[in-house]
Amino acid sequence: MAHATNDLVAADIEGYLRAHENKSMLRFITCGSVDDGKSTLIGRLLYDSKLVFSDHLAALENDSKKVGTQGDGLDFALLVDGLAAEREQGITIDVAYRFFSTERRKFIVADTPGHEQYTRNMVTGASTADLAVILIDARRGVLTQTRRHSYLVSLLGIRNVVLAVNKLDLVDYSQDVFDAIEADYREFAAQIGLTDIVAIPMSALRGDNITELSPNIPWYTGPTLVGHLETVEIADDLHAGPFRLPVQWVNRPNLDFRGFSGQIVGGSVRPGDRVRVLPSGQESTVERIVTADGDLDEAIAGQSITLTLTDEIDVSRGDIIATAGDPPGIADQFECHLVWMSEEPMLPGRPYLLKIGSRTASVTIAQPKYKVNVNTLERTAARTLELNEIGVANINLDRQIPFDPYTANRDTGGFILVDRFTRATVAAGLLHFALRRADNVHWQAVEVDKTARARQKGQRPALLWFTGLSGAGKSTIANLVEKRLHDQGFHTYLLDGDNVRHGLNKDLGFTDADRVENIRRVAEVAKLMVDAGTIVLASFISPFRAERQMARELLGAGEFIEIFVDTPLSVAESRDRKGLYAKARRGDLVNFTGIDSPYEAPENAEIVLDASGSVSAETAAETVVDYLRGTGILTPPEAS
Amino acid sequence: MSQTDRVDAPARRARTEKGNPGMGRLTHLQRLEAESIQIFREAVAESERPVMLYSVGKDSSVLLHLAMKAFYPSRPPFPLLHVDTTWKFRAMYEFRDKIVADLGVDLLVHQNPECVERGINPFDHGSATHTDMWKTEGLKQALDKHGFDLAFGGARRDEEKSRAKERVFSIRSAQHRWDPKAQRPELWRLYNASKAPGQSVRVFPLSNWTELDVWQYIYREQIPIVPLYFAAQRPVVERDGALIMVDDDRMPLAPGEVPEQRSVRFRTLGCYPLTGAVESNAATLPEIIQEMLLTTSSERQGRVIDHDSSGSMEKKKQEGYF
Repeated sequence: MAHATNDLVAADIEGYLRAHENKSMLRFITCGSVDDGKSTLIGRLLYDSKLVFSDHLAALENDSKKVGTQGDGLDFALLVDGLAAEREQGITIDVAYRFFSTERRKFIVADTPGHEQYTRNMVTGASTADLAVILIDARRGVLTQTRRHSYLVSLLGIRNVVLAVNKLDLVDYSQDVFDAIEADYREFAAQIGLTDIVAIPMSALRGDNITELSPNIPWYTGPTLVGHLETVEIADDLHAGPFRLPVQWVNRPNLDFRGFSGQIVGGSVRPGDRVRVLPSGQESTVERIVTADGDLDEAIAGQSITLTLTDEIDVSRGDIIATAGDPPGIADQFECHLVWMSEEPMLPGRPYLLKIGSRTASVTIAQPKYKVNVNTLERTAARTLELNEIGVANINLDRQIPFDPYTANRDTGGFILVDRFTRATVAAGLLHFALRRADNVHWQAVEVDKTARARQKGQRPALLWFTGLSGAGKSTIANLVEKRLHDQGFHTYLLDGDNVRHGLNKDLGFTDADRVENIRRVAEVAKLMVDAGTIVLASFISPFRAERQMARELLGAGEFIEIFVDTPLSVAESRDRKGLYAKARRGDLVNFTGIDSPYEAPENAEIVLDASGSVSAETAAETVVDYLRGTGILTPPEAS
Repeated sequence: MSQTDRVDAPARRARTEKGNPGMGRLTHLQRLEAESIQIFREAVAESERPVMLYSVGKDSSVLLHLAMKAFYPSRPPFPLLHVDTTWKFRAMYEFRDKIVADLGVDLLVHQNPECVERGINPFDHGSATHTDMWKTEGLKQALDKHGFDLAFGGARRDEEKSRAKERVFSIRSAQHRWDPKAQRPELWRLYNASKAPGQSVRVFPLSNWTELDVWQYIYREQIPIVPLYFAAQRPVVERDGALIMVDDDRMPLAPGEVPEQRSVRFRTLGCYPLTGAVESNAATLPEIIQEMLLTTSSERQGRVIDHDSSGSMEKKKQEGYF
């Protein structure tokens, strides 16, 4: 085959180019354990498709002698093991993308490691793959890892699987061994819904059945690996499905043109088609399909285009333009699968950012319903999800979003979660369905409202949130502030560890997850009290920015006043009235803020109080009261 | 006719044939193009001050072509930034200025002022210092000076082994360092472009393109490229096995060294004293592609900088080399 290519290139380069302009593309993922020969297989594919250049080959020969595992032979795995650190460890530790092409197709291979702790990488690689090659060492058969990889492939919605039974040379090319492995695998795969499986006996090292049928395996009559990859038809639901265009960018070069740019992720579109814009629900008709190569008569899934509509309706980034007859659903509460990808475990109740399509929303996650043991597929109870764990949970968004179930459309049903402060991508999610609960719990309409209650008290309601290290003097200052306000006739209530931890939150400890839940409950209680028209003082260490931000977002504009009681750790520790720092230093008290648990200082607190000792608590309290007076909190609101 | 305007592809096909795939699936070039456009739009929507790094080479030409398509009929909503070393081929400067004028895009040129003052050059200071100060330091200076929070680059994953794991959206620290452990997983078409304070993002829309894809696309789309890619008679001297073109009189010649005219072309473009030519008669795009398919040394081999050790590109990336 390679020779034929060279002959055509040499004899008729323009003919070659014409043929190659019409090649299709296939993205696939290779999954296997460390010793299944995955890197060797990919190295072999690159080598056989002549994509290894002579200088790389020289380096390969050199490296094979130095660190190779194949004696004097070429170690193809060295062609693909990238980063220096990985090379020293002898394993790949991240997703790498490789490229090769044949006469018929261009291939993008996601190369992912097989280690248990790297579920994250496999899910990442699988998310863009059309097909999965699952490697099995013929000597070892279907292993726990094989099941895990297959489950992830199935979860991510890949339907085409190649079962590559590798290292067949080491079992004397035995048909019995191959048949037994195939039967074993098919039985398992059927349980998780994988049915489109092609099993191929091979040896990547020897080149058996990779590009040419091997004389060593005469009993096999199916396709070679490359032969299968370049002809397999991928079930193409996306083209057949309903039209979906997430709007990425509103294109306004001048006042006369207003287009909506995006990549079609489902179905097709033609001028004249009736479309609906989600979530607004407004409808219009497609006027033009604009591209730099001219207007199109039709555009299909996968194309990046710009649409114009016949009506001037409001469309922004994050909206979905969809076929009017079969639009996506809209909801703000869902059940979903989550794959946790961060070293920091998931914290139920903490707000994260959710990105789906071109839209970003704020989201909180409920305690998982269960997590899935990826090795046994057993479901077990869970309070949280840790790195590389997969679970099912309900999520709650701050606004309604358009969506399809992930099984219907990867792009309108798959999302990522982003930590609001580190900005890292912490999870991937797959939407199952919307929860009806949102529609059924209606707010009781009340005539006596927050404003009315506050006016009666001659004040504006607010939540004064005191945060700082243990021993900083939060409660001392908060008590003084409350006393002054009370003396002046204002209606107040002080929430602190003493009156909350002993009652409402006595079931909670001091792990990160419990701290988050503690603050969530306090914030919700404070919200009700603010609604009652009260000035609420909350005095909690509340070490995490994310939870303080959550409390802030629960309340109306100007109602949340963050007060940072700023004390150096050494000063707080030297006070140590309750003897807690001493205990923590001895190790008798774990998860103690400042010692073995972090404190994230506020970045934009409304008030920062210097509590290092140079300013008295009375002066600090007066600063707070002055702030309240200055911002109108102590003035009754106008009648609404 | 200048070589920039060279028309050696078949006459441009009718719009309907090229733009509309009709029934069935997209070709590999159509899929790559659509993906790159999606990346461009996403990056622009999620950044405040984007910029496109423009190196005048063929990958930059493709990148610019895709940017023009991504925002059509608008112009790309960002300027181009050329981190210049004053040692590029003259033909590159001519080409750059013509393209910018033809397309009506904004170009910023940055030359590290310290290098200008000290006259940093590859002959007196060595290739490593020259490249580090003009390019690596110059790039950081330019990004900081203009406060760009996102920069498009033309790097591809197939160029070098360590790049196979590079993300499409790559986060850099305030010191512009690349931390392989802090890179974000990228799923589906979802890119997390958000930044913690001080961080910036490098975005590589050509991540999934190979060298062959780039050439086929240049051919299909008739994208102008610097004439140095095409073979011509050029004055060269042979040094350490590399053919170096004597592009101007700043190049010191060894005693007895006489430039000779040979038919050469360049597979990669950079500073002329550091860029090796290959002997070739390939004077059209199909001939270049033909030559590439039939020869067996990789593209980066022409760059003097990569030769020290196989981990060297990775080290450079961690230090902020693009």
